[in-house]
Amino acid sequence: MQIRALLLATCLMLPVSAFAADEMGSMTPEEMQHEHGGGIFHMFRLETEIGSNTDGTTLSGWDFDGWVGTDENKLWLKSEGERADSKLESAEFWALYSRNIATFWDAQAGIRYDNKPKSTTYLTLGFNGLAPQWFETEAHLFISNKGDVSARLREENDFLITQKLILQPYAEVNLFAQDVIEQDVGAGISDGQIGLQTRYEFTKKFAPYVDVHYGRKFGETASIAKSNGEDKDELVGAIGLRLMF
Amino acid sequence: MRKIITTLLLTMFFSAPAWAGTYNLDIARTEVNITGTPMEKITINGGIPGPTLRFKDGEDVTVNVTNHLKEDTSIHWHGLLIDPAMDGVPTFNKFPGIKPGETFTYHFKIRQTGTYWYHAHSGGQEQDGVYGSIIVDPKGKYPIQADRDYVVVLSDFSPEESTEIMANLKMSSDYYANARRTLGDFFHDVKEDGFGKAWKTATDWGDMRMMQTDLADVTGYTFLVNGKSPEQNWTGIFKPGERVRLRFINASAMSFFDVRIPGLKMSVVQSDGQNVEPVSVDEFRFGVAETYDVIVTPQENKAYTIAAEPIDRSGFAIGTLATAEGMKGEIPAGRPRALLSMADMDMEQMMIDDPDMEMTPADMISGWAKTGTPDGQKALSYADLRYAGIQKDQRPPERTIEVNLGGNMERYIWTINDKKFSDAEPIRLKYGERVRLKFTNHTMMAHPMHLHGMFVQLENGQPAAKLPNKHTVIVPPGQSYSVLLTADEAGEWAFHCHLLYHMASGMMRKVVVAKLDQSDVPAEKGGHHAN
Repeated sequence: MQIRALLLATCLMLPVSAFAADEMGSMTPEEMQHEHGGGIFHMFRLETEIGSNTDGTTLSGWDFDGWVGTDENKLWLKSEGERADSKLESAEFWALYSRNIATFWDAQAGIRYDNKPKSTTYLTLGFNGLAPQWFETEAHLFISNKGDVSARLREENDFLITQKLILQPYAEVNLFAQDVIEQDVGAGISDGQIGLQTRYEFTKKFAPYVDVHYGRKFGETASIAKSNGEDKDELVGAIGLRLMF
Repeated sequence: MRKIITTLLLTMFFSAPAWAGTYNLDIARTEVNITGTPMEKITINGGIPGPTLRFKDGEDVTVNVTNHLKEDTSIHWHGLLIDPAMDGVPTFNKFPGIKPGETFTYHFKIRQTGTYWYHAHSGGQEQDGVYGSIIVDPKGKYPIQADRDYVVVLSDFSPEESTEIMANLKMSSDYYANARRTLGDFFHDVKEDGFGKAWKTATDWGDMRMMQTDLADVTGYTFLVNGKSPEQNWTGIFKPGERVRLRFINASAMSFFDVRIPGLKMSVVQSDGQNVEPVSVDEFRFGVAETYDVIVTPQENKAYTIAAEPIDRSGFAIGTLATAEGMKGEIPAGRPRALLSMADMDMEQMMIDDPDMEMTPADMISGWAKTGTPDGQKALSYADLRYAGIQKDQRPPERTIEVNLGGNMERYIWTINDKKFSDAEPIRLKYGERVRLKFTNHTMMAHPMHLHGMFVQLENGQPAAKLPNKHTVIVPPGQSYSVLLTADEAGEWAFHCHLLYHMASGMMRKVVVAKLDQSDVPAEKGGHHAN
């Protein structure tokens, strides 16, 4: 399943040969503009990792993120998911239109589709950008096909030990406006995660890393987990590879 | 000399055009070996740089440029006063660019003297190898004589293709940043200045999301002198006591240099091809696309090192002046890399953002301008430049055109008056109009602003008659600088930052100089296609 997800992500990236020049005929003023600020570029980042929690469950995951487009208008793609002992636990696929609205910020709108834990489609609205003090910020609001409203905030930051050895602490929190019984979550802050990725950038495009993160469920969601005989928190260690292309 | 006199006499006798030369440039992908690793780059007549084109004032020049690439190319004659159709910027003045397999014949009459250069104006070919030097000799004697005359073309050579570099910068604007502040630097600051000050500095920069270390957008370069790496060591020969003219051309895509020849005073006699009153200096800061002619008089029988150190201090472009081939001088120690300071910021914007910001005297000193010149040594300043003649046009400007240089370093977008070339209307000037261009740099990088087709007069504090002519003007970070322009060349002229990837990401405008009567706008003339 993880492989299938990766294949899907790869297919989504195919229409990226936007820098092709017109070999026939003279350069048009439009092509000249394209060459001086109007060009189409892309950035994709893929992190795949494998690790284990303190219970000894083998966990593997992927996190794919990137865009293709101009400085102002982009197609933003995102996918993340996790397997526990070979069983797919979660898989998300996002496709958003991303519009540059301020120096450091994009407004985004589009669709998120979750294959696991429950097949759900969300209308997604949000912001993606760089907050003061270099906080990479993603903030999104989701309205599911059942009308449930939820939100997610993610922050990360880079601290350089050297030019190549980089510490990246991150934090993520999910919020729900109501109980969503089929997803085992209760209204309020459902769960959160803090982690530290330590990567070595052989190049910007190739960086192996180790990652440690702690995640826990809160409030009603934690109670539901408890009644289902699940832990309300978990500590995970993993090794992974970060690629940029 | 006798030859010239003979030619002169013949010319007078036949009253035909004085000189008419034909030159051929072949642009092709060829294997070159500069860094020790052979790689394919774009060459002119097989070399990087291309041949030195030596013209004479008044010459009728014909240059056949043949494109052996699989993509369009073009040649722009940087600094030449020229028929706009021959200026070589695709889509401007109906110049179509040169298509694969085609030969374009440039035809123009030389009407100036000095050191200039030529380069492609298509994509990033200039970075990939398409550049060369131009010398225009006067009809008569040089006003300042020299025994030897060498071109010194500085450039930054990358193992990567220009398209790849551009894509990487758009992918991650700090892709090439290899001297960012680390946690160690922060703790060092804490030790030096105390926690409060160190924290404030780090968070002030973090608030703006700007890097104090942003001196060069692209790294990984090997710096070349006349196409030769420091190991290959380009050498110019002299006899002790001879006057040697060095024609420095900064043909880099992205690199500013501090240029010095330890042990020699340099007498700057020309800037951007235009004669200036000689100024004696130990070093000069060299903006991308500028040129300086200097005279040196080495007295000793030894090797002198021409050392051009990029401002991010990531190496040297090295050449040698020696009394015999194979000699090598000492390579000077690298100077410390500067850190940008508050003074390199857009003060106006800072006051809006934080009116209570406290500035110490140290904050008021530009980091960018810290050249590291030793005490007692003289670095050239723009204020030193005095035109060697008398400026014909000394009128005050009729109007001021604001040129705001802006950017978004995080996304690698560069703008003029908040617009990219792709979104902007041309700047329109009336033929004969006298205007002031007032540059204000709102970014933290210096921008070498280049106008095609006309010289501007630097408002450098000299009297009106003595303002120096320039084709490329460095606007330092956070600063304003103004120039005067007499719009006396009708046509469509490119006006852009000469940092290649700044231009390619939008920092460019079209300047249209039109005569009032539309029928006076020059018709297409000159070049034609030959397949």
